[in-house]
Amino acid sequence: MADSSPQASTDPGTTATSSPEQEQFDRIIEQDSRIEPRDWMPDAYRKALTRQISQHAHSEIIGMQPEGNWISRAPSLKRKAILIAKVQDEAGHGLYLYSAAETLGTPRSVLNDQLLTGKAKYSSIFNYPARSWADVGAIGWLVDGAAIQNQVPLCRCSYGPYGRAMVRVCKEESFHQRQGWEILHSLANGTPAQKQMAQDAVNRFYGPALQMFGPPDGDSPNSQQSMQWKIKRFSNDELRQRFVDMIVPQAEALGLTLPDPDLRWNEERGHYDYGDLDWDEFKAVLSGNGPCNAQRMAHRIRAHEEGAWVREAAAAHARKQADVETKESTLLRHA
Amino acid sequence: MTAGGFDSATRISVGQALTAEDIAAAGLHADEDVARYATRLGDDALILSQRLSWWISRAPELEEDIALGNIALDLLGHARSLLTYAGTAGGKTEDDLAYFRDEDDFTCVHLVQLDPGDFGHTIARQLVYSLYAYELYTALSHSDDPTLAAIAQKAVKEVEYHVDHAWQWAMRLGDGTEESHRRMQAGLDQVWPFVDELFEDDDLTDRLKGVAVQPSSLRPAFDDAIRRVLAESTLELPSVPQARTGGRRGEHRESLGFVLAEMQSLARMHPGASW
Amino acid sequence: MTDTTPAAPSPQQGDAPQELWPLWEVFVRASRGLSHVHAGSLHAPDATMAVRNARDLYTRRNEGVSVWVVPADAITTSDPDAKGAFFESPKGKTYRHATYYTKSEGVKHL
Repeated sequence: MADSSPQASTDPGTTATSSPEQEQFDRIIEQDSRIEPRDWMPDAYRKALTRQISQHAHSEIIGMQPEGNWISRAPSLKRKAILIAKVQDEAGHGLYLYSAAETLGTPRSVLNDQLLTGKAKYSSIFNYPARSWADVGAIGWLVDGAAIQNQVPLCRCSYGPYGRAMVRVCKEESFHQRQGWEILHSLANGTPAQKQMAQDAVNRFYGPALQMFGPPDGDSPNSQQSMQWKIKRFSNDELRQRFVDMIVPQAEALGLTLPDPDLRWNEERGHYDYGDLDWDEFKAVLSGNGPCNAQRMAHRIRAHEEGAWVREAAAAHARKQADVETKESTLLRHA
Repeated sequence: MTAGGFDSATRISVGQALTAEDIAAAGLHADEDVARYATRLGDDALILSQRLSWWISRAPELEEDIALGNIALDLLGHARSLLTYAGTAGGKTEDDLAYFRDEDDFTCVHLVQLDPGDFGHTIARQLVYSLYAYELYTALSHSDDPTLAAIAQKAVKEVEYHVDHAWQWAMRLGDGTEESHRRMQAGLDQVWPFVDELFEDDDLTDRLKGVAVQPSSLRPAFDDAIRRVLAESTLELPSVPQARTGGRRGEHRESLGFVLAEMQSLARMHPGASW
Repeated sequence: MTDTTPAAPSPQQGDAPQELWPLWEVFVRASRGLSHVHAGSLHAPDATMAVRNARDLYTRRNEGVSVWVVPADAITTSDPDAKGAFFESPKGKTYRHATYYTKSEGVKHL
């Protein structure tokens, strides 16, 4: 999902020294063509991309948890099926993204270690709890909606494998946002208690969803370089504005209100104005003091540790088999 | 989910990728006994799906999160089709049956009720259930009831893959390391007491000759297959006594109450609501 | 989604720790009559599991009728540093393309 970490790279970029490789790299970026894994690239570009893609992957993986908590309690079998498919997609998206990151030379085990040891960040939105079923709807509509806003431009990212992964992710994610909106639509048109549940969820997720685009442009130090490299195509504030413009009519269609007293149409700008967001809270959550940071990490670490014997067993079996002739792999072994 | 071509306005026919929505729209009316039979098969699939979906975000590797998710979704699909069909006997929906029946109205076997254990336990249960379900749906594909036959025809292809998944893992865990061998064998020993119940005939299956499958008729093929997997996996056929049965009569293990309490909690807080 | 250099270990990879489950590249045939196209990669302990994981991951939405998996380190790519020399020759040989021949314009079935 969205990469909302404001982590600063102090690297000034590498355009100062101009080698033939650097010139070739610059030309490819300039022409809006794509950098591919075996191409020469500046170390800072490799580093920034690895960080961005892996944070994005980590976000997908941690993002399985808040909604995953509702699989067992989904209020209808249809909703249960949709939710399983959705959470499963998030694992898939994490995998596509880890694959893209791995083409930059860092294996998944290293990326995973960075997540489990807290060295790598993930989107702070997933440190909020999914308290009610309506939160599943709000996460789909607002959180996935914000993620899509972030991700669509990344399909044209200068790094080939990342762009291709994003194409796949965006294609799949369009259903995520719709199912979320549909959940809220059913609730908003349901009993008074259901409608209240929906409104509460929107109240909880509106602010954090807007913060998924990262800090205001003035406080986003590495954005400039990322834009030059075309691994980020629009500024945080541009994307946030687009998102606000998109969700206002969608909220109206739901009959729910967005919890922002300053939200109003600005004729002059041709956009909706929106109120200040609580960036101190954002920083606190990002630095580990959100409601669920410890819980999310503990869940991931436990899954990893409890799976160790299984991963080792499969690897051991593969080593033994490598000595034996490769067996034919018929799908139905007992036929 | 419909793989194209199925026209819900027409009679249910075999060979189509049948969904719960198709069945609900087809204006069917199952007879009481057929509904009872569809309910027990649906309950098995539903509770096992509920157990399996626990793994999503907890699997040993991300690739396995996806694999187990796919299997849980397949099982949920079977449950939805079967319960939707069962519901047509009394004007009920799949959700009426899943969320608003009490514990002793469920008729699932004890195997699917067992609390989740480690990955070895899960693979052992998947292996036993999938081998049984493969034989069951293969036979049920020829049922005199066209809806059951159509549901079975779709299910058997999916279950074939579940068999393969469990088989592959049983081999790897059985053969892998000392620890994995021990855990896989322990998992088998834990689920084995609940095998006989899968193959118990009763009045209902006797009455539904030609429509239902006689569970006992599936046992020889199951035994053959499981012996082959275990041999390939260097695992022992457990020699543990069989547990007391009763799932089909609504006599359950304590664990089922907890599964249902969790599954039904939200729906029951808002009776009559739509989602 | 094709990528001529799918695995593409970077220079850094030599120092990286050995992965417990190796990396596999996945190729999917979308429908009969089409060739397998690179879809992405995944980790699996062996080929048997890799092809199953590929089915689960890359064909959840009916995207394929056939899947190939190839160990990432079994792929040989053209030398990226020699790109100029490697791919220069075809340039300027436009007579290999039908569009080079313009005299027949307006003449049917040519």
